[in-house]
Amino acid sequence: MFRARPDARPATVEVLVEGVPVMVPQGASAAAAVLLAGLPAIRETPVTGSPRLPLCMMGVCFDCLAEIDGVPNRQACMVPVAPGMRIARQHGARVARP
Amino acid sequence: MTAHDAIVVGGGLVGAAIAHGLRGQGLDTVLLDEGDIAHRASRGNFGLVWVQSKGLGAPWYQRWTRGSAGEWPGLAADLATRTGIDTALHQPGGVHLCLGEAEFDDRAARMARMQAEAGNHGYDYRMIRAPELRDMLPGLGPSVVGASWTPYDGHASPLALLQALHRAFTEAGGAYIPNAKVAAATAAPNDFRVETAAGTFAAPRIVLAAGLGNADLAPLFGLNTPVRPQRGQILVTERAQSILPMPTTTIRQTGEGTIMLGDSMEEVGFDTRQSPPVMAQIAQRAALCFPWVAALNIIRAWSALRVMAPDGLPIYDQSERFPGAFTANCHSGVTLAGAHARLLAPMIAAGALDPVLAPFSARRFDVPRAA
Amino acid sequence: MTHDLAIIGAGPAGMAAAVEARAHGLSVLVVDENAAPGGQVFRAAEAAAGDPAVAPELAPGLQLIAAFRASGADHRAATTLWHLDPDDGLLSLSDANGVAEARARRILLATGALERPVPIPGWTLPGVMTAGAAQILLKSAGAVPAGATVLAGQGPLVWLLAVQLARAGAPPLVLETRSTAISVALPRGGLWAGRRLLAKGLALMAEARRRGVRVVRGVRGLRAEGGSRVERIVWYGGSAPCDTLLLHEGVIPQTHVSRAIGLDHAWDAAQACWRPVLDGFGASSHDRIAIAGDGAGIGGWEAAVASGRLAGLDAARRLDALDRAGFAARAAAPLAARHAALALRPFLDALYAPPASVLAPPDDVIACRCEEVTAGAIRAAARLGATGPNQMKAYLRCGMGPCQGRMCAPTVAALIAEARGVPPEAVAPLRPRAPYKPLTVGLLAGSAESGQQPAQ
Repeated sequence: MFRARPDARPATVEVLVEGVPVMVPQGASAAAAVLLAGLPAIRETPVTGSPRLPLCMMGVCFDCLAEIDGVPNRQACMVPVAPGMRIARQHGARVARP
Repeated sequence: MTAHDAIVVGGGLVGAAIAHGLRGQGLDTVLLDEGDIAHRASRGNFGLVWVQSKGLGAPWYQRWTRGSAGEWPGLAADLATRTGIDTALHQPGGVHLCLGEAEFDDRAARMARMQAEAGNHGYDYRMIRAPELRDMLPGLGPSVVGASWTPYDGHASPLALLQALHRAFTEAGGAYIPNAKVAAATAAPNDFRVETAAGTFAAPRIVLAAGLGNADLAPLFGLNTPVRPQRGQILVTERAQSILPMPTTTIRQTGEGTIMLGDSMEEVGFDTRQSPPVMAQIAQRAALCFPWVAALNIIRAWSALRVMAPDGLPIYDQSERFPGAFTANCHSGVTLAGAHARLLAPMIAAGALDPVLAPFSARRFDVPRAA
Repeated sequence: MTHDLAIIGAGPAGMAAAVEARAHGLSVLVVDENAAPGGQVFRAAEAAAGDPAVAPELAPGLQLIAAFRASGADHRAATTLWHLDPDDGLLSLSDANGVAEARARRILLATGALERPVPIPGWTLPGVMTAGAAQILLKSAGAVPAGATVLAGQGPLVWLLAVQLARAGAPPLVLETRSTAISVALPRGGLWAGRRLLAKGLALMAEARRRGVRVVRGVRGLRAEGGSRVERIVWYGGSAPCDTLLLHEGVIPQTHVSRAIGLDHAWDAAQACWRPVLDGFGASSHDRIAIAGDGAGIGGWEAAVASGRLAGLDAARRLDALDRAGFAARAAAPLAARHAALALRPFLDALYAPPASVLAPPDDVIACRCEEVTAGAIRAAARLGATGPNQMKAYLRCGMGPCQGRMCAPTVAALIAEARGVPPEAVAPLRPRAPYKPLTVGLLAGSAESGQQPAQ
């Protein structure tokens, strides 16, 4: 769990993390929003369903895969927040929708 | 030097299946493999256990393939019992999707010929039109006008198969020797010796299953295997929840949930680079077949080299000059694994190929073609 | 159009190379995955310049970023290279809108470093992350861990991050895993030539003490424990409550692309990693490709800037925008700067050598986080006959998940070497394939809702 420091970086962008509004600074990533929101996991793995939170935050580890604006398995640490962005946990393997 | 009953050269799917079969026949068998970096068509296999496209104009190949698909359940059960590895065999039948009427008509003609050539062996198939097909497969694209279907087709995990064969072979007492590329060899009737960086091995039987390496090895043993590389590229998506109930010729969902998209046939020699235009064509065809595939991420892709004979059929042969030397070559290491382990290996153990394999001899290439 | 020079990565090396190449009139394309230039070390430098927790260390980057932005280089931010054909100089790119191609006469890989994986028991638990990740959160969002924070590992970044977190009001408990005595590293020398960087490091350690950062030294046997997330950190002889565990055992070159295109690499025993084989100006074994910065071997940002400038100059020389005399004159300063920046490196490499248990962890530890493959399974498969990471990938799927082996490849190779009793350089690295980063089938197909017939 992370906390913001509004004195140093004002939180100006509102996003929805699992439907809950969270204010985060401009330039933060969707993965940062999940950590600031205090979610217990950003995804459950498709192999064993074990919970994960972001590990590297720099696009290497793919442990931050999340559903962003309805698109599953996005690398949340590489997606900057935008007003109104919807960020949700990735539950295991994605669903392919015919 | 170590002496064995049989040497198998090549630790890919073909060699490993034969070695596993020979060990099952009670032969003290050594399986010689290369190292981490090798051509390894087995690591590039698409994973179909596929019958319906095999053997047009060559009914013996159709029968051999059908036979192998029939042997597969026994092989999979045997490997699961011995190793605990699930090869993810699933044989629900399969379809070849046709985009446009021209493809459909062409396919229908091919399937009719296959059935005619099968004669008394029979060949069940159906040409299925789009409305019925849409009940069989989810979210077909509008350009899919129909498909051919046979009940014989299926798929399995090539990688699980490779590991299971290696594991079953070694756990049954077989000697798997990596980093053992053949550096030199001597041949005499029922007396073979090969030298490798990992040691020298001798046996009265030898099986050349070294894929593209067979082209150079075969002459040392009085054999001829004029195989060439043919490049194929494959795309693999992220895992998705189970959606495809059966494989198609170029799209299948693996046991893990990834969706594999194939493939290409490129005559580019030993060039294993990937080519974005070919990758894009594969993606485009897949998206035409199943538009929902377009939303999935491609996680990985590869190119690998098929082992192709001039006529595209397998080569199975035995040396006349040096009895005891055999060779096996094909580009269907998964489909034919059942036959290799359970039909071919017993022949080799008994010392001679069955006459049903005579049409697969490389002697078929000796006949000069009429101009 | 064909660019004179395409640069992959807008960190210190890539920016410096772009500035230098533009100064000699080359047309320059810079492809970078991030939204803003700066790389990892100067990530969000412009946005975070007012944050006192990180401002002192970001300040040197502002000038370089400004020069880069003014250079006239074609900067494609938030863009990914997913395939590179070095023979044709063809780059396959993707961004949020689609795929594109670019051509370049010369290509510079400036892809930087990644943190060495630190596979300790429990490292997949939520709440365990890399030290670099916490620093990225601090720079890009001003965020700090809440609750009990433990920073475990060794190397310059440990001290820098401890200080930055302390400045931000969240001082961590530092568990230093260094096992090499200073007396062992001293003979590597370079302390006098590298005295400026050494002084910076010592000043950071002093600032950490001053700010009340608690340090436990000589920590071994780290283990993260917890149910659905990390709750405790345990080591031989101690334990502490832990809400966020930050791990760091140094950084290694990011060689995904350089390995994928088949460049020659050599094992660097001092840094326990593979690095591309280069000449003094960054030219690789392929005559079109150069590499600069930490992707060529870890040297830090000052060395990266210098090597970037050298690579930019070398591109100008090779493309006849700079004659020999001009090249020699202009290369002198960055050559000297790089020499000075690297002087301390052998000492640091020796002092902060990763422990064997991090390179090749115990059997019960997950080595491949994507496919959840344990070290024990990898050892067993190595004994069965998987002599390298490519065959291991085929056996166990390690390296086959979304990260494509970025996280597990060093561990898998070390486990194979250990199980087979061969030195690490005897296990060739994993060969990555395109796409280097995922892209959708629809983007690759050219259109998500293609109604056209496939190309014949």
